[in-house]
Formats: sequence, C-alpha cells, structure tokens
Amino acid sequence: MLIIGERLNTSRKQFREMFENRDQNLDAIRALIKSQVDAGANYLDVNVGTRVTTEVEDLVWLAKFTQETVNIPLSIDTPNPKAAEEALKVHKGRPIINSISLEEKRYNGMISLVKQYKAGVIALCLDDVGMPETVEDKVKNAKRLVERLNKDGVNNEDIYLDPLVQPISTDTKFALQTVEAIKQIREMFPDVHISCGVSNVSYGLPKRLFINQAFIVMCIAAGMDTGIIDPNDEVTMRNIWATEALTDKDPFCAQWLELFRAGKLGA
Amino acid sequence: MKILDDIKQAVIKGDIKVEKKTADLVKEALDQKIPVKDVLEKGLIAGMAYIGDKFKKNEVYVPEVLIAARAMKSGMAIIKPLLAASKIQPKGTVVIGTVKGDLHDIGKNLVAMMLEGAGFNVIDVGIDVDPAKFVDAAKSNNGQVIAMSALLTTTMPQMKNVVDAVLSSDIKGKVKTIIGGAPVTQKYADEIKADGFAPDAASAVDKVNELIKMN
Repeated sequence: MLIIGERLNTSRKQFREMFENRDQNLDAIRALIKSQVDAGANYLDVNVGTRVTTEVEDLVWLAKFTQETVNIPLSIDTPNPKAAEEALKVHKGRPIINSISLEEKRYNGMISLVKQYKAGVIALCLDDVGMPETVEDKVKNAKRLVERLNKDGVNNEDIYLDPLVQPISTDTKFALQTVEAIKQIREMFPDVHISCGVSNVSYGLPKRLFINQAFIVMCIAAGMDTGIIDPNDEVTMRNIWATEALTDKDPFCAQWLELFRAGKLGA
Repeated sequence: MKILDDIKQAVIKGDIKVEKKTADLVKEALDQKIPVKDVLEKGLIAGMAYIGDKFKKNEVYVPEVLIAARAMKSGMAIIKPLLAASKIQPKGTVVIGTVKGDLHDIGKNLVAMMLEGAGFNVIDVGIDVDPAKFVDAAKSNNGQVIAMSALLTTTMPQMKNVVDAVLSSDIKGKVKTIIGGAPVTQKYADEIKADGFAPDAASAVDKVNELIKMN
C-alpha cells in the first residue's frame, strides 16, 4: 500500500493556522512533516488551495521546505497548472501530480507537466458532464482516462485512478458503488494504481473518522492500493496493514511481523 | 391543534417509524377543514424549521435533513394545488445554483430544500451554471434572490462574475445575491459585493428572509 500523507493541506484547520504564521511555526511544520514520514508515508501531499491569491508562491515554499526537511517525493496537489509548474521546478525526485480529470481544460492544462516531469498522476474519473455516480460511469471514465493517458505516453504504473466517492449521508448506495468500481477497474487494469479520497464518504455525519477507517478497509479489499490519508492515525494504519495481510498482499505476513517487531503495532 | 403537531412531528421524523405518514396526515387535516395556510405553516414549515435549527447546531445530520425534506415534499404535493386556489403566495422566489466550473451539488441541494421547507418558491438552475443563466432565471421567474454555491477555491471567483452580471443588468437593485460553500467567507462576500453570505443551510434561510425584507 502506498501512503500519501494528507496533513500538509491548508483546508485542514490545524495546518492552515500553522501556515498563516509560518515564520513563527517552522518547527511545528517540520514536526508535522517528519511525523508523517516516520509513521509510514511514502509521499507527502502539499496543498495550499485555500490561499487563492498567493497559491503559486506558497506552494513553491511548501514544496521546498518539505523536501529540505525530509527526503521524500511529493504529491503536488492543485488544479492550477501555474502553481503545479512552479512547484515542480523546485521538486526533487519523481513527483505525483494531483490531479487531472477528463475535464478538457484540466486535462490539457496538466498533461504537458505530467510528461515533462515523468510524474505519476492522480486521475479523477470525472468529465465535463459531471460526477459519475453509477459504477458504470466510474468504470467507463476510468477506461477513457487510461486510454488517453497511455496515448500521451503515460504508463499504467504512473496512473493513480480515483473512482470518486460521494457521501453516504446523501445516498447509502454510494460507498458500495465506489467499492464495486474499484473491483472492476482492478480487473480491467491489474497494473494501474487505484487511489481514493476516502474521507468524502463520511461528509454530513458525526464521528467521521470511524466511517473512514472502515471504508478504507473495504476499498483495499476491493483493490485500492494507494491512500491519501492521515498516517498519524494509528487505527487507520493498523487496519491498512491488517487488511493487506488478510487479502494476500503481504506474502508470508512478512510486513505484519516486521511491523510487530518494530513495535509499530503497539505493545 | 393536534393534527398540525402530528404533521410537524412526522416531518421531523422524516416519516420513519411514525404511525401515520405526512401525506396521510395532511389529507386528514384537509378533511377536517383545517385551513391550508395552517397546514403549511404550523405543520410542514414548522417541522422543517425545527430540523433546520437542529442542523445548524449539529444536533441532526444530513440524512435526517434529507428524509425530513422528503416528508415535507410529500405533504406539499397535496396542498400545492390548494395553495394557488386560496391565493397564498410563496414568501418569495429564490434562484439557486452551483457556479460555472463547479459540479458539486450536495450543499446547494440542502439549501434549496431548506428554502422550500421555509415556504420559498425555489428555482434550481443546477450545477456548472453560467452567470447569464442565473440572471435570466431571476428575470423570467421574478426572483428576488440569487443564491450561489461554490465548493472549490478555483470556482469561487465565478461568484464575482455572477454578482457583476447582476449589477450590470436591469435587475440591479431588485435582485439580491447570497453566496455559500466550504471555502466561502463573509469577507469574500464583502469583497465581491454580494448582499449576503451564509455558513450553513439553515442560516441561508435566515439570510434570505432578511434580504427579502430589505427589498
């Protein structure tokens, strides 16, 4: 399972407050960066989208600062090609660009950067028509995305399909539809990555974290192999590792045992 | 009156685990010759107002709002023809939509339901809506308020385009604008000269009431 740490995002209250007075909070930001990597993040997502007027320079600052703190690639999280471009210029290693979709403007704005930096790319299964709600539409959009990205020279191993999930508070079929879409996409494309913005599933309900924790398990069991999550949530991480062991993704349970011996599963 | 309170309670419970459903209670009330206005205001709207208030305080959640709105609609369907006949006017007409480039509809739908629940005539123009379409819908429906939703920082600037379109058209001064959505703030509303901002669906109803009184 590939873990993309989600906490460096100014739409999250804690980080927004840190970032607003960042000169006074450098140590706290550094600690937030390090703790995610220590907890097992393979990538760190950086998103300053709420800072509309200063997004470009802020994203560059955050990308730089993060990679000065830890030696890890980033997920450059912005719909704004200009912000992505500037952040990619200072980025070291192979980034993930988060994200493109089948929306013409968005696809065309980002694809040249994906090619130029040989980046991984998170591809949202939506088009100009709208959010896909049915399994059929999600899978159809996934197929269109893979075909189009392949044509543009992006290999399946660099594609992270996001089938999208709508909140179960508005229709209790939504989670299952995403799970089923993950299953079908996995069968169709054994070598693409599948990622999902899991936390959307719990919008509009209390105690969202518990629902998210359960939903991640369902998604992994269906074939999701990448999660944009909070790696500092121990329950989430333990559930991920346990589910990998339970679904034949952890040969000889070697990872589980290694984590146990390293004390990462608790006493 | 007990039957009116029963209607209110049925709406609040969203017709789940109730002895009689909203629609049946509304029919009963009308059979008892209770004025349509009372059925609407003391029954249906009262129930939805209760839910709206609880929602604002985080005491009820999205699914509960949705089933309450569904129950209210089932009652509205029965009294709608009678409302026209008895010349009861809606409180006002609100054109609502999600701005250009933005495909999110959950928040917009919640606000629309709350407004309907509060007795407004609601014209839902959908998602990914052009500024011109907002203005046209307000004109052709005699709307008093245009309500806009944006969930993305990238589509938020479209709200300014709608406000500008209103201010440069002949509905300037007649139609108020109100905005909302996760990244939207009062400060932003002030910046783009929108007439109002609401942080949640129930507050949106209060704000629209306020704006319509100003007209």
